[in-house]
Amino acid sequence: MAQLSPLMSHLLRRTAFGARPDEEAAFSRLTYVTAVDGLVSFDPAQTDVDDKIGRSGYANITATTAFSPNTNIDHARQRWLFRMVHSPAPLQEKMALIWHQHFATAYSKIVGMIPSAEATRLMAAKRSSDPAGQRGQIDLFREMGMGSFRDLLVEVAKDPAMLYWLDGRLNTRNNPQENFGRELMELFTFGVENYVETDVYAAARVFSGWNLLTSLRNSSTVAFTFNYVAGNHDTGAKDFSFPIYSNGSKRIESRNAASGMQDGLDLIDALAVHPETAKRLARRFWFWFVSETEEPDEGFVSSIAKVYLQNDTNIKPVVRAVLMSPQFIDSAHRYQRYSWPVEFAVRAIKEVGYAGFSVDTARSALINMGQQLFEPPDVNGWELGPGWFSTGGMLARMNFAAQLAANQRFALRDKARPSGGSPESLVDWAKSSLSVPDLSGVTTSALLDYARAGGYTGTDAQLLNKAGGLVHLLASSGEFQFV
Amino acid sequence: MKVTRRQFVRGGVAAFTVSFAAPKFLSELALAQGASRRNLVVLYLSGGNDALSTLVPYNDSFYYSRRASIAVPAANVLQIGRDSNNRLLGLHPRLPGLKTIFENGHLALIQRTGYPNSSRSHFLGTDIWSTANPANTFGAGWLGRYLDALPSPVDPLIGWCTQREVPHSLVGNRVSVPAIPSIQGYAFQSPNGNSGPEQVLSRTAMTQIASHLPADKPHLAFVNGTTQAALATLDRVASVGQYQPSVTTYGNDGLSVALRTVAGAIVRGIGTRVFWVQIGGFDTHATQNTNAANAGYANLMGTINTAVTSFYNDLKNQGLLGDTMVVQFSEFGRRVFENGSAGTDHGAGGLMMAIGGSVRGGLYGTAADLNPFSGNPTLENNGGDIKHETDFRAVYAKIIDNWLGASSSQILGGDFTSGPQFI
Repeated sequence: MAQLSPLMSHLLRRTAFGARPDEEAAFSRLTYVTAVDGLVSFDPAQTDVDDKIGRSGYANITATTAFSPNTNIDHARQRWLFRMVHSPAPLQEKMALIWHQHFATAYSKIVGMIPSAEATRLMAAKRSSDPAGQRGQIDLFREMGMGSFRDLLVEVAKDPAMLYWLDGRLNTRNNPQENFGRELMELFTFGVENYVETDVYAAARVFSGWNLLTSLRNSSTVAFTFNYVAGNHDTGAKDFSFPIYSNGSKRIESRNAASGMQDGLDLIDALAVHPETAKRLARRFWFWFVSETEEPDEGFVSSIAKVYLQNDTNIKPVVRAVLMSPQFIDSAHRYQRYSWPVEFAVRAIKEVGYAGFSVDTARSALINMGQQLFEPPDVNGWELGPGWFSTGGMLARMNFAAQLAANQRFALRDKARPSGGSPESLVDWAKSSLSVPDLSGVTTSALLDYARAGGYTGTDAQLLNKAGGLVHLLASSGEFQFV
Repeated sequence: MKVTRRQFVRGGVAAFTVSFAAPKFLSELALAQGASRRNLVVLYLSGGNDALSTLVPYNDSFYYSRRASIAVPAANVLQIGRDSNNRLLGLHPRLPGLKTIFENGHLALIQRTGYPNSSRSHFLGTDIWSTANPANTFGAGWLGRYLDALPSPVDPLIGWCTQREVPHSLVGNRVSVPAIPSIQGYAFQSPNGNSGPEQVLSRTAMTQIASHLPADKPHLAFVNGTTQAALATLDRVASVGQYQPSVTTYGNDGLSVALRTVAGAIVRGIGTRVFWVQIGGFDTHATQNTNAANAGYANLMGTINTAVTSFYNDLKNQGLLGDTMVVQFSEFGRRVFENGSAGTDHGAGGLMMAIGGSVRGGLYGTAADLNPFSGNPTLENNGGDIKHETDFRAVYAKIIDNWLGASSSQILGGDFTSGPQFI
């Protein structure tokens, strides 16, 4: 099996949920710069892997009724996990997951208002296969996640799932709704310390009339579309505590209702290029990609913020700059991020094996690990870093590793067989099959004790238990929880 | 600006991890520390509870004029009397069990709780309630600080969070509270069976791996310490799974299941001091459905009524009510006037409740006057929000001093002892 350099392995853990054997082979032939450019340069129109669902040699899905990932939320979760395992552009899925965290929207609120099939479409529909061309929020992130952040904010503001989630659909001049405007400032852009309460009231008025239209398409399918309703817009001037325009003006002047949608675009423009937004995103990129065990490096933050502003808020050059930064490359930052449950599960699948393994096992296990897809706890997203690690969450990780290893035990036995000569060689095989850092003496001797327990014979019957058993222990170890 | 636990892991993990000891020893420890059987159950209403719909000022005409579509009709409230300011108050109609508890003298309703310059942010607000420190929310939670102050070593089951995510309130520098969202899932599996000799081998190996707590790698030590705590608490947690309540009224919803589990842990006497339960759905910006037959806020009240009343009766039947204190909070109250989406936006002052056999029941504090005249001392934000009257830290202080037997001035870093005498 091709061996990746430690740096390449690090790059793939951070951007690609680890590496499948075919990715290991491909990336082992690339220089670092070529690998980075390849990862960030995908064309969202050319990355479809959904047609591989159900084929042999790929992970399985589980469906008791026809697999309907546009309209069944559990199927949608499986499709997304399948894409993370098998996508030719894993960073596309990683960025979609990151934006899902940043613009955290939960299916459970939407399904409280519209039928489950429609709520699923708003979260996850693939535009090209939806009868009304509905684009689910995740597909928005998959399409635009590496483009301009300013454009992404506009699309998020108009996204039907978001219009339900933060009640924008109800925002009218007579009844301004504060929910979206507040979170736009507090969470999506520059952060809570940069605005005052009156800005929230003004932002609500700015987005008044940014509503939702539901209509029947093809006489049977409901289409959900953003709809600016001029009559619902508050045409008065809006004053903010921070500059809206490049001339320093803090006021959005009164406009007639027909052109009032521009208010929202002006506010989004102002927030997107606000220096504090650039810095806040840079700090988030630090935690998302570089390290969670150290606070963001000041030089990193200022240089990434600069790349963001100089590139008209485009994310692709930002991600490239992050991956090329000395801080990312610094070997001291390897294994310094606490893996998100989804990162843990997908990486385990990619490294342990997936043929015949249903991603539905991961879907259900992720609930107890604390990261059910499409179900962040609130608009602030999941609590990252040590926040993932409760006793219950850790048990869920260990038990998922047990289920995966049990499912793959025959394949693992076969892979281990050439190394089955001694407990030592078997443990070495297990260590090399997962991308873990150097293990402590305690861990290694625990693995050796486990391999020897009951008397080592190296027979096929014993390897069947011990190969899977060792992989389970390694994937459950503290070391493997870091990426 | 939600606080993560990164800071704690960096600063205090060495001290924190030594508090885990071998399972056999732990059970003795639990017995010793459980000598006082008193326990605290924190009930968090997540999203910002609309206190004016829980405890209704049904004689205030501005309550009706400012909430034309969502007010609870006076004829429907469960009247519970007058506060010290002579204002008539009633519970939401879906809270008949709480009314009975109130009549038993075991429910304290503490009105207009909050703090100066209340944050309208869910996250900053929750962090302030969690740390009990409006000026700096980057620290351990108030209950975490209480647990940290207990003598070492601390039993890993000293706290029990029924949620997947341990809340900031329970985060300490050296004590880590287990998250036990479901007893059934709180077990150790192996790829070679979930019981039997192979599973035992795997568990032994895992225990050995998790024993590694390197001082120079605090983050690895933190994760291994978490695994240790999981393995050390499995068997005692499993014993709670067989609990048969003395009542049949618990529901199947998350809150009922959580409180049923808490009752089981209390009845089994496994030594837990602090439990955490919560229920979400209180961020009622739209279609609040205060008065619906089967939806929205009305259902939230119904869910709480069923769960809390079942819990209360369960413990009462088993003679454990006097050892149990439930305290309820939410990160803020909501706007006085409805917003036109038939909902309410983020506000300020809220309502706290305390329930238990040792609670001095009654109405504490005074209701706001909802008339938005300029200078109304009970409102703020141009008459839009309820101004707090009782600092929530005074409620915490009473719990810390009079119930948990610790020092509130030490844990809260100030003197908040002049609050309502509900214990």
